[in-house]
Amino acid sequence: MTDAVAHPPPSEPRAGLSTRARVLIGLFGAAVILTLLRPFLPDALIRVPEWAIPPLEPALDAIFAWFQNDLGLIHVTRAISGWLGVAIDAAANLLYGKSRWPRLDALPWSAVAGVAAVLGWWLGGWKLSLLAGGTFVWTALMGQWKWTMETMSVIVIAAPVSFVIGLILGISAWKWKRFERAIRPILAILQTLPFYTYLLPAVIFFKVGPTAASVATIVYAMPPMILMTAVGLKKVPPEVVEAGKMAGCTRWQMLTRVFIPSARSEILVGLNQVIMLSLAMVVLTAFIGMPGLGAKLLAMMNSFKLGRSFEIGITIVLLAITLDRLSKAWVVKQPEHFEKGTPWWQRHFFLVLGIATFVFFLLVAQVVPYLDEIGRRQAFSMGKEIDTAMKTALAWDWVQATTNGIRYFFNLFILIPTENALLYVPTFAVIAAVAGICYALGGAQPAIIGAVFFTTVAFFGWWDRAMLTLHSTVTAVLLAVLIGMPIAIWASRSARASRGAIFVCDTAQTFPSFIYLLPAIMLFGISPITVILSILIYTMVPVIRYTIEGLRGVPVELTEAADMAGATRWQKLKNVQLPLAMPTIAVGLNQALMFAFFMVIIAAFIGTRDIGQELQRTLAGTHLGKNFVLGFSVVFMALTFDIAINAWAERRRRALGLA
Amino acid sequence: MKALKTLIAASMLAAPAAAFAEDSSDPIIIPIHNWSSQIVMSNVVGQMFEEMGNSVEYITTDSQAVYESVRLGDVTLELEVWEGAFGQSFRTALEKGGLHDAGDHDAVTREDWWYPMWTKDACPGLPDWKALNECASLFKTAESGDKGMYLDGPVDWLKHGKERVEALDMDFIVVNAGSAAALWAHIGQAEADKKPIVVFNWTPNFAEAVWPGEFVEFPEWEAGCDTDPSKGPNPNALYDCGNPATGYLKKAAWDGMKDKWPTAYCVLSNISFTNPQIAEMAKLVDTDELEPEEAAAEWLEANRDVVEPWMNSCKS
Repeated sequence: MTDAVAHPPPSEPRAGLSTRARVLIGLFGAAVILTLLRPFLPDALIRVPEWAIPPLEPALDAIFAWFQNDLGLIHVTRAISGWLGVAIDAAANLLYGKSRWPRLDALPWSAVAGVAAVLGWWLGGWKLSLLAGGTFVWTALMGQWKWTMETMSVIVIAAPVSFVIGLILGISAWKWKRFERAIRPILAILQTLPFYTYLLPAVIFFKVGPTAASVATIVYAMPPMILMTAVGLKKVPPEVVEAGKMAGCTRWQMLTRVFIPSARSEILVGLNQVIMLSLAMVVLTAFIGMPGLGAKLLAMMNSFKLGRSFEIGITIVLLAITLDRLSKAWVVKQPEHFEKGTPWWQRHFFLVLGIATFVFFLLVAQVVPYLDEIGRRQAFSMGKEIDTAMKTALAWDWVQATTNGIRYFFNLFILIPTENALLYVPTFAVIAAVAGICYALGGAQPAIIGAVFFTTVAFFGWWDRAMLTLHSTVTAVLLAVLIGMPIAIWASRSARASRGAIFVCDTAQTFPSFIYLLPAIMLFGISPITVILSILIYTMVPVIRYTIEGLRGVPVELTEAADMAGATRWQKLKNVQLPLAMPTIAVGLNQALMFAFFMVIIAAFIGTRDIGQELQRTLAGTHLGKNFVLGFSVVFMALTFDIAINAWAERRRRALGLA
Repeated sequence: MKALKTLIAASMLAAPAAAFAEDSSDPIIIPIHNWSSQIVMSNVVGQMFEEMGNSVEYITTDSQAVYESVRLGDVTLELEVWEGAFGQSFRTALEKGGLHDAGDHDAVTREDWWYPMWTKDACPGLPDWKALNECASLFKTAESGDKGMYLDGPVDWLKHGKERVEALDMDFIVVNAGSAAALWAHIGQAEADKKPIVVFNWTPNFAEAVWPGEFVEFPEWEAGCDTDPSKGPNPNALYDCGNPATGYLKKAAWDGMKDKWPTAYCVLSNISFTNPQIAEMAKLVDTDELEPEEAAAEWLEANRDVVEPWMNSCKS
């Protein structure tokens, strides 16, 4: 971890010991000395002793109980969940015929698929039309229609609600500086909070079932929407604003006619994020009553049906890609303008076509039951065949021999020793080292924040587990850099390879992580390497994506200049491209760490001894206080790195004259 | 189409429904979890309630968190309360109030160290625990050193595998799986080259049908083995016995259910499934690949004589 120190900013003088060097030597020296002295230290200096840990958990429990019962917050939240419930039930009625208001029948699958195809055509031409229609046809043919619609019934409510609230909060953040300052840290916390910590309060305050699931989804998906809205509104050029003012707009008109349309692209990117994050929660919210694909996936996994859980995974990926492409196409699509006098149906051609398709399939489905509903027995699921194929492939001798080798090497020589080493180091030595790393990266402010945050974690009382979590995340990120960077450097050399790599990244990212877990266990057993590998996929995605983006963003003049100066390919990469791409790569690294902190919690499903395991235990119901303490242990560790890496990227950008 | 079907079904059901009555028309909320027997059983009971004219809704929930929801009345009942796995959460909720014990199933549950049959070929002295201990080196993994590895259930199931290994001085290290699925993946991996393994398992369970196996016979459970060191072979340690071979399988109900749906509540307290019945329900889904709803309908069809007395005795 200390290799991060190896980048002194170019501006520092080399002669003598600068303040910077003295601080670094002080911090790392303290860490080393404390560690060396460990055998002679009293226990109280090795770990925060039991008696010094404040009784936060019971205190929080009491506070929550007070909010819930004495203040009557639960009545407010339950009323909200009542309204949400009505909306979700109505969607559920239309999509899969749940017997609730408005008590209509489920829409035939063919009608939904038809409308999706028309929508795709309108937004992005025939390719998108094929993707959108095809996704729903696949779902129906695989016999997953009802589950998909159960999932969609929650998402079609949760995503718009998240969008609207996010938009309003984003506008407020842009209007009122003080509000923005207040909301920033909350957003940062929301983005790093382990999902188990979203789930429990959602259940208690919003009633187990689709409503709790939708609340957890809404909250989880909102932060990027708020940020993007604020960013977009800030970027509106003054000329546009002045034009609006000259036209005599009222304040409301300024907002709805001038600012929001000008910030349209950013707002729609926010919407895209809302949709993607909502889909990412499909499986996780199944723990608290989200019906549909996620719940089925968990049930399939618990009866060891690899094949059918794999098929569900494909459906989730297809849905994610479809919604992603549709919403991105909408971002790009400019409003169409027609000549005066164009007939109504021509101006609304796609609307008319959509309605016509819908009505057509609605009617035909009454006659052809197959287009209305495909039963499980008529479906084309290949679950059993995929099952057999996967199990055979996983059991091939050379596969087992390779994985056993990897398992043996990594566990015995790398992971278990480093894990034990990290657990051996006294708490305050770790804190000093973390402060040192933060100082090296970002300077004094991040270092102080890091020290305070890690000290807080120490006093939360889950230090050893926190260290194991930290160990998994950092290892996964380092491995991601080792593997992902070369791939990205190779891919960045051609536009086609870049597109291919990014497509693979997108797919890997939306494929529900739970599906990887079982094959990973079958290959590597229940051991530390399995945990790392299950996180690795998610940490590699941002590393690859941002490295490609950074390298391809290097101005052509500069690489050409390097070529003319006779630089070899390696010299060009090392001295020109990588340094210039570094700020962007740093953003990727930061993302990778955040993903790792998020995913490591899921690895509790495999079997870990870290915070995730303890969090999973709190799901049993009532330890809201403990749940929050554990959740915030993760938040504080994640934020420390987030702040330090961002500060470093900012400094690099300034040094390069990019800011 | 479907409206018509529903209409016909409803008119057919109208006659018997008249005999019950009084139950609230609000839906009875039945929780379903992520293992097959519980899902099918919930559907069976749900379909019985529907037959009686009640409306029923299913909600997918976490099997530990569900007791808090039953307590609050968000969920009306729970059909499978396992002594070993959920006893703790159930008792916690019971103490806080809001739910109660609605009687036991006939079925008994057993949770303990278990091995798939092929393990016996390598270690013929099984199922005796001493024989298992002598074969410990067969169960080595890359990380376990000289000792054998026993894969225990998730920590939150509180299975005390480590304590037992220490109490009985066994040459095993205990690793906790993170989920039931992780246990299956472990067995599935060993299956390919018939590697000897010993893992935590329970009955009734679909795994029995997929991988035939046996429980390890530890010193027999004595009451107090978990609280009184003098019980069991090691006079100085707790948990030096096997788990009870006949744990309970309970039903739990929300306190308000009795008044809101008296007839359904009466039926719930009559319900009592046996081990073979539960295994059959799981098999319909796990082996025959039926959907849970279809499996429940099929099971009900084949077992009218079992369920009808439960329902008839509640007709007022």
